[in-house]
Amino acid sequence: MPDTLLFAMEVTLNGLMAGVMYALVALGFVLIFKASGIFNYAQGVMALFAALTLVGLQDGQVPFSHLINAVFGTDLHHFGWHMPAIVAIIGTVLVMVLFAWIVEKLILKHLVNQEPIILFMATIGLAYFLEGLGDMMWGSDIKSLDVGLPQGINGWIDETTFNAFGYGFFIDNLDIVATVVAALLVTGLVLFSQYTKQGRALRAVADDHQAALSVGISLRFIWVLVWAIAGFVALVAGIMWGTKSGVQFSLSLIALKALPVLMLGGFTSIPGAIVGGLIIGMGEKLFEFCFGTGQCFGGIINLGGATENWFAYVLALIFLVFRPQGLFGEKIIERV
Amino acid sequence: MLDGQDSTITEDGRTIGGVMMEMKNITLRFGGVVAIKDISFDIREGEIRAIIGPNGAGKSSMLNVISGFYNPQEGEVWFHGAKRPPMKPYEVARQGIARTFQNIALFEGMSVLDNIMTGRLGFMKSGMLSQAIWWGKAEREETENREAVEKIIDFLEIQNIRKTPVGRLPYGLKKRVELGRALAAEPKLLLLDEPMAGMNVEEKEDMSRFILDVNDEYGTTIALIEHDMGVVMDLSDRVVVMDYGKKIGDGTPDEVRNNQDVIDAYLGVAHD
Repeated sequence: MPDTLLFAMEVTLNGLMAGVMYALVALGFVLIFKASGIFNYAQGVMALFAALTLVGLQDGQVPFSHLINAVFGTDLHHFGWHMPAIVAIIGTVLVMVLFAWIVEKLILKHLVNQEPIILFMATIGLAYFLEGLGDMMWGSDIKSLDVGLPQGINGWIDETTFNAFGYGFFIDNLDIVATVVAALLVTGLVLFSQYTKQGRALRAVADDHQAALSVGISLRFIWVLVWAIAGFVALVAGIMWGTKSGVQFSLSLIALKALPVLMLGGFTSIPGAIVGGLIIGMGEKLFEFCFGTGQCFGGIINLGGATENWFAYVLALIFLVFRPQGLFGEKIIERV
Repeated sequence: MLDGQDSTITEDGRTIGGVMMEMKNITLRFGGVVAIKDISFDIREGEIRAIIGPNGAGKSSMLNVISGFYNPQEGEVWFHGAKRPPMKPYEVARQGIARTFQNIALFEGMSVLDNIMTGRLGFMKSGMLSQAIWWGKAEREETENREAVEKIIDFLEIQNIRKTPVGRLPYGLKKRVELGRALAAEPKLLLLDEPMAGMNVEEKEDMSRFILDVNDEYGTTIALIEHDMGVVMDLSDRVVVMDYGKKIGDGTPDEVRNNQDVIDAYLGVAHD
């Protein structure tokens, strides 16, 4: 097999796995958008906040230590424990549930029946508030996150492909874990929404608020529920991204990468978020490989690299023109 | 006129019991606009009670007060002999009051079956966790609910569209599905907001038949709003007449028909 084709295959695989990471973030957006029509700008920050909390709990960091030290002249830093990963994860889930409850209580409850743009603005405010809160609680330094997920080259794939093609593929173990986790997460969410009472209620609310009320569904309960689930999804995304590139505040910007994913997959489709993520991940890696660095077709097009920064957005733009509801979005049918 | 708690037997042999719901001096305002002004009436166990009146009389507002979508500024709502505190619509629904809407509120993206199934949410007792752990119990519950829904589908004669997404159905069938969803909740009181609006004669006859059958077979108490006077007079046991937010008549169809205020309101006599 020619080398270029092998490289392209490796790039495709890596792209698909990078796509899974995008999909994890996009999933959180879809959940909230489906249930309440709110585009939650804070989803990326929620991932950051969840990851910060997880690291903080694990390392036994004292929350608000800078603030406390500044006010009381103390010198607090750590509680001095090291929590097992699973306990810290459960703790973080509880924090995210509490966060969902507070969001409903302080924001959503007061904005019922408002225009989507107003709710969107509220989530922008929420994003900045949460970023500041994360900073104040846990500090702004870059932290490494280790919950025991395997990292580094997968030896088995490297060896097998080397034996088969004479060229070993580099696939990161973490990406494989992310793929498995994403698959489990999506399966869980689909089972939940299809077969449980709360899942049914959630779909009902997503479809029509008034009708949902008339069959005895509490909108507020559903909102807390859906924000809590989105918080959980944010935690999963936070763990994956945090493990990959450290827990840092630029993590909140991955939300921007989720936007083109949503435009491709549709804002209301869970499978759409996954497929959209895969297409974007694979597309941008392959495009960079072929045309960014000119390694296909004898290098007829060579854009000089860095296409990954804009490729996803251009693709999304093309989709907006030709298929505004995305691949899996609900068709816009108007009965006249 | 019927009054007191004694039960009465109607001409066609149905039993009408004591007072189930009582509205006492209800006043509802939107800013400066008075939608309902000091109205009192009651709904008795097992009867079909109609609320009629010209456009803008406040009929839908009254239905929205009963179902908790609006909370009146003044007055009391009594249900099963107890005064009802201000409630959210979902709480009212859980008390056994189901409703349909004038402009149809269905889950357009779901199938007919799933739509009617949402009416059974109150009967699904298992929580999220127990559903994950006790799969068998959840499955049994699902089967029971499914059977109840299938019965309603048979009753409303919509077997052939059970898997169709509701968004694709014509208007008349949507109205029927909405009735089905309300019935699935096995309500004590069923509120119908213009169940026959926009229907042709044949569809109206079907709907009238369903309403009578629901009342007769399940003993469900029904309060409905309707414009078509012929239909109202045929269907209902007692009628409340509203005009400009006020009650101008209350009684059997015959009594109401001969009420001078009602005749004036409908024929548009000038007020002094």
